[in-house]
Order: sequence, then C-alpha cells, then structure tokens
Amino acid sequence: MEPAASPGNLSGVRHILLVLSGKGGVGKSTLCAQLALALRHEGKKVGVLDVDLCGPSVPRMLGAQGSAVHQCDSGWVPVYMDQEQSVALMSVGFLLEKPDEALVWRGPKKNALIQQFVSDVAWGELDFLVVDTPPGTSDEHLSVVEALRSHQPLGALLVTTPQAVAVGDVRRELTFCRKTGLRVVGVVENMSGFACPHCSECTNVFSTGGGEELARHAGVPFLGSVPLDPQLARSLEEGGDFMRDFPGSPAYPALAAIARKILDAAQAPGPG
Amino acid sequence: MSRGLPKQKPIEGVNQVIVVASGKGGVGKSTTAVNLALALAANDSSKSIGLLDVDVYGPSVPKMMNLRGNPELSQNNLMKPLMNYGIACMSMGFLVGETAPVVWRGLLVMSAIEKLLRQVDWGQLDYLVVDMPPGTGDVQLSVSQNIPISGAVIVSTPQDIALTDAHKGAEMFRKVHVPVLGLVQNMSVFQCPKCKHKTHIFGADGARKLARTLDLDVLGDIPLHLNIRESSDNGQPIVFSQPESDEAKAYLRMAEEVVRRLPSPPE
Repeated sequence: MEPAASPGNLSGVRHILLVLSGKGGVGKSTLCAQLALALRHEGKKVGVLDVDLCGPSVPRMLGAQGSAVHQCDSGWVPVYMDQEQSVALMSVGFLLEKPDEALVWRGPKKNALIQQFVSDVAWGELDFLVVDTPPGTSDEHLSVVEALRSHQPLGALLVTTPQAVAVGDVRRELTFCRKTGLRVVGVVENMSGFACPHCSECTNVFSTGGGEELARHAGVPFLGSVPLDPQLARSLEEGGDFMRDFPGSPAYPALAAIARKILDAAQAPGPG
Repeated sequence: MSRGLPKQKPIEGVNQVIVVASGKGGVGKSTTAVNLALALAANDSSKSIGLLDVDVYGPSVPKMMNLRGNPELSQNNLMKPLMNYGIACMSMGFLVGETAPVVWRGLLVMSAIEKLLRQVDWGQLDYLVVDMPPGTGDVQLSVSQNIPISGAVIVSTPQDIALTDAHKGAEMFRKVHVPVLGLVQNMSVFQCPKCKHKTHIFGADGARKLARTLDLDVLGDIPLHLNIRESSDNGQPIVFSQPESDEAKAYLRMAEEVVRRLPSPPE
C-alpha cells in the first residue's frame, strides 16, 4: 500500500484514465463505453465513472439505464453491467428519478457530488477506471482532477473530431492538462470520415487529419482515427456490446487498436 | 455571500434576444447560431443583427465568422463588437488567447458573462442571437436570469442520446420561464456525393418525435453536408458563401420559422 495515497474506495483500482475533450459531442462517452467493453474482452475488470452531471450518457450506452444504486458500508455500490461484475458503472444518471430530468446546478453543488463519486463508490478491485467528463475545462474538471490527484492517474485521453473548431478547443484542453500536471496518454480523432455503405466512397464530412496534426504539434502520442459508423451509433442507442457483436464494422479495428495502446501504456513503467 | 437573484434587465439597444441552445455538445449550436444570424439578415436586410458567443470554454464563433483580435473600447468604455458579413459579434474567444483554456470556477465565469452581456456597445439591434455552451449549468442560468429572452431554439441531432439532453435543455428553459420557439433537427441525413445514396448516420427523425412529445415545432431540418462544415472551418458560413445552395436555403427557411414565432417586438 502506498502511504501517500489515501486508503479507501480507490485503493483497489490499478489504473485511472480520464477521457477529456475541450469540445462537446466529439465522442468522449462513446470512447469510454467502447474502451470499457474492449478492455473487458481482454479479460480486465473495468469501472466507468461518469462525471458529466448535465448530460450523463454512459448508463444508456452500456444498457444500464434505469438501474438503481444501493448503499453498502463503504459507500455506494456501483451498477454492474453483467453477472460476472466485469464492468462497473457510476453515473448521476442512476440517481435521477426520470431520465429526462434536468440537473440545473451551479458549480459548488456539482463539485460536492463529484467528490462523493470519487471517494464514496465501493469500486473494489479494478484494473482500469475510465472517467467520462463533460466538455470544457470547468468546475467539474478541476474538481475531478484534484480529487484524483493523490491516486496518481495513468493520464488523460483526449478526444477530438477532425474539424478546426474541435481541434481548437482540444488545444485548450491540452494546455489544461499541462497546467494541472495531468499526463496525456494520447489523442484520438473520432468521426474521421464516412464510408458510404452503398458505394464505399469515403467522405470526410468533418474533415480529416486535424487530430493527428494536433498530436504531432503538441508532442503527444496519436492513438488513432475512428470513422463514422452508423452501426456503432445504433449500438449506443440500444446499449449493446458493439465490441463483441460487430468486429466487422468500420469503427471496430480503430477502437480495438486504441484499447491495445492503452494496455501498453498501462504496462509501461510509470513516469514517476 | 448571498446577493439574491440578479434582476432581469434588458441589454440596452437590443430589441429581441434569441438563444440557440441544446443540452448536448457537438450537435451544431454554433453552426446554427452563426447561420441563423446571417439568415435573419439575408431574409430582411433592414434588420440589424448581433451575435453573442457565451460559450466561454469552447468559443467557436471567432473561427466561423473569420474574426480575431481584441475588441476596441468605445468612448464610454464599452467593448466594440467585431463586424463581419454585416453581423456585430462578441465572443469570449476575442478576450482570451487561442490556446488558452478558460479554467475558471463558477464565479469568475459569471463575471465574464456579465461583462459580455452588459459591457458591449451593440448600438441598436433588432435581434441578438446568443450561442450558448452545451449543458444546463451556470452559464445558461446566468444568462436566463440576467436578461429577458424572447425565445430559445433548441438544436439536436436525431440520436436518442442527443434528444434526451435536448429534452433537458428545453425543460431548463421552461423552469426559468423562457419561451422555447422550437427544435432544429441537425445532421439529419447524409447524401453520398458520389452515388447519392442517403444514410441516416445519426438515426432518423428523432428530433421530430421529441418535438411532438414536448409539443414543440420543428423549425428546421438541416442535412449533414460537407459544405456546411467546410464553409464554417473556412470562416465563410454557408448562408454567406453559398446562398443558393439547398443547405443555405434550409437555414433561410429556419430563420423565417423563428421570426414567425417570436412575440411582437416592443417598439
């Protein structure tokens, strides 16, 4: 047991990965969900902590919408996706009475809940805890980085789409990581091109290459480009297991490669 | 430090405020806000239009409107909006560097919003289009509590995840008594430029179904088209750069629908 880290609910978690983006709607929650599924299929025990309080998407994406949260001696029991308890989730989505209920809170109240989510969920033994965040560099981000600091996260995965407005916002996020001392594990470019299912012509609806260029410019690893994939979108709506059921789908190879790179990064000797 | 709720006070010189919001990020608020502003001007050249970008963490308006630089100050120390394509613009993006993140806690953000609302020399505007950040938090609350809003336009893509957030967004406005003018269904369908095959990448018609549930109108249905994104990236929004295109026309029609639903402006 490291004497520096406070004991408690995160002591059994081996690697913590934050998924960030300056920009909204680029696919943070999607990446979190698919990473969790991919890592689980590699035999790892995974937790997903969804601190996007205004727009909690993870429960639905993993088919856990509407689940109830229970208390135990050490705090909240996470919601498990399956009998084997290989994927554990916590999200404010589970605490809302109705899924469409709007959480219209100011900063301090959000920060308090995030602190609770970090310290009061009985995660148990996990190989990875993937943390889904809202877009931006706001209260929630400061709170979650501060709350996780003593647990020495593996680092941050930055998600962007290729176009200029997204890349611009993600550049800010990179600066945020630098300023808060959060290591950047890599950049993922999502929604990178669409292949017409009819004629296979690839159209770069949201442009291409912006993510890779950003990574190169900032001197951080580029983990891959994930194309637009209607099957992935459908799986997310239905809360299905895309990584298990659609290995032939366009987004699968890139997502599987990203998961492998995360595993490599976790196995590599740490910076400290 | 309890100040109580701020008193709602109109922005001087501004006739009507239209906010463009969504619960979800990345659905096209800024793209819609920018093209709405241009479309309002195109539909009626006698109107003067302003565009205010209060997305303090991810301000997209400067890039889309091809504007950059610090605002000058007027004689009475107000910030002068930057102009392009006939639209007066103000954004957090003009006040911070391009790569500088705005890592502020709530109170600082609120005072920045206050500045963007009250310390801009708009002159006389018929419409001020406000591009909101994603979510249902501090910024949305502050703007709604500070200024009277004539109507809110909620943007969503067809997929359920976006719609749930759009529902939250609409609910939030109802909670603070801001009239919701309707929904815009964005990125509704993609047509392959080569073979013309249509794919509903983000699902089909979800926003229409949500509109029915919420008893709201669909103000516009905008396709997912390369031209819209390319023109935005180049800082020449499609309503300006390709006014004859189908996509631009979709925005022009949307602007007409918005105006029809606004309360009659005070004279």
